[in-house]
Amino acid sequence: MARELFNSEIRQLQDEVLALGSMAEKAMLDALESLRDGDAEWSRKIVEDDQYINRKRFEIEDRCIFVIASQQPMASDLRILASILYIITDIERIADHAEGIARINLLLGDEPLPRRLGYIPSMADRAVSMLRDSLKAYIERDVEAARRICDADDEVDRLQDSVYDECIRQMIADPSTIQRNTYLLWTAHNLERIADRCTNICERVIYLVTGHMVEINISKY
Amino acid sequence: MSEVEILEGRQTEARADAPAVSTETRQAGPGPMADPQPKGTPIAISARDVSAWYGPKLAVSGISMEIAANAVTALIGPSGCGKSTYIRCFNRMHEFAPNARVGGQIFLEGDNIYAPKVDPARVRQRIGMVFQKPNPFPTMSIAENVAAGLRFQGIRSRSEIADRVESALKQAALWDEVKDDLKKPGMALSGGQQQRLCIARTIAVEPEVVLMDEPCSALDPVATLKVEDLMRELAERYTIVIVTHNMQQAARVSDYTAFLLMGDDGAGHLVEYGATQDLFTHPQDKRTEDYITGRFG
Repeated sequence: MARELFNSEIRQLQDEVLALGSMAEKAMLDALESLRDGDAEWSRKIVEDDQYINRKRFEIEDRCIFVIASQQPMASDLRILASILYIITDIERIADHAEGIARINLLLGDEPLPRRLGYIPSMADRAVSMLRDSLKAYIERDVEAARRICDADDEVDRLQDSVYDECIRQMIADPSTIQRNTYLLWTAHNLERIADRCTNICERVIYLVTGHMVEINISKY
Repeated sequence: MSEVEILEGRQTEARADAPAVSTETRQAGPGPMADPQPKGTPIAISARDVSAWYGPKLAVSGISMEIAANAVTALIGPSGCGKSTYIRCFNRMHEFAPNARVGGQIFLEGDNIYAPKVDPARVRQRIGMVFQKPNPFPTMSIAENVAAGLRFQGIRSRSEIADRVESALKQAALWDEVKDDLKKPGMALSGGQQQRLCIARTIAVEPEVVLMDEPCSALDPVATLKVEDLMRELAERYTIVIVTHNMQQAARVSDYTAFLLMGDDGAGHLVEYGATQDLFTHPQDKRTEDYITGRFG
């Protein structure tokens, strides 16, 4: 097949996208664990390490722009590169939400352990799965999987409703928990935004394969 | 040639002596294909099942295309796929080649340009052509080059010729650069200026369609971009059909793009015809995709 150099550039860029995805996934898992364990030291490290994710995103973006300028891609090649530019933005924002959760842990400070997080761990499980699955759909160019993953966003929205109900109930029953429950609401919001970012990735998978831009799941929030 | 004689050719049947296109040839092509223009778009050229031969050799096989008026339509494809031959059928230049023949029908604004009694020279006034290499008349000045077609049309009035030379040079975005040097030889201009002079010469006779056969392939990048800008401006008044090997150029300047490819029969076939934005971002045919992404050709 012709254009070996270009093909190898694309392969390398896709590997970099997956590496960025892994970094964001680790930040999410770590942020949730540090929140559950009340580990402020760990949360501070997550906040600090976000810069490496941002840096990696810029490196990929730079390379992508250079490949566009030097190779002048067309059709599916152009769609691959355009999709990478969007997907890395979404992944980087997912990592920002993970950083947000780590910051919430720092705000919770001396909250006594063990922490009761209600539906939040379930939300986090689904959001992490959505990220993994959307990157898998991207690599496998799987439009059907991309559509299915977007449906999972509804479940994340439902869980956020449950978190909201639970927190409000607790705030009414015991006003001294208002601040704590507000932080949990913020955490749930971060997870809900992560799931939304995953649906963006899925929309890019559909564009990459079909050339059509579609909004496949409009979030409730 | 009077207008009456031209109108006699309107929507008439193909020339009786035009070679029939064999069923086999048509089957080798892509089959019926929808034209890409939105419904109601004015059509300048309607080419129906056009084939072209050089002696016994079939070079273009049964290509039908509607060319939108006041738009830029690009033809792309590998060397030898019949792009140039096809557009040369549009202004009856193909028949200059020894033993060349054309089959099918081509209508310009409803007039069958291959109808009996139609004067090919008159067709070429209505459908002008710009070639790959700038070819100003070497012994003529800049002004004489532009006026050549007008004189050929029989216009003698000096003031009318001067006005139309100025207008054509302005439309070709060359007037400001040459207005003080109109008597200098056309050959004294740079390559890019010479090509714009040739464009001015073509549009001076006020054609309806301008065919451009790789008009920038002999120009440097700056001159190329000037000619590309010019094409977009000219499309407001003329219908432009451009043959180009430069896919980025086709993507930059054209509204519609057709991809031609040589079939197993050695003749050019139309593979895909679409709005330029669609064809270059999500082509429908894998052969188009492979060609524009540089996977073959």
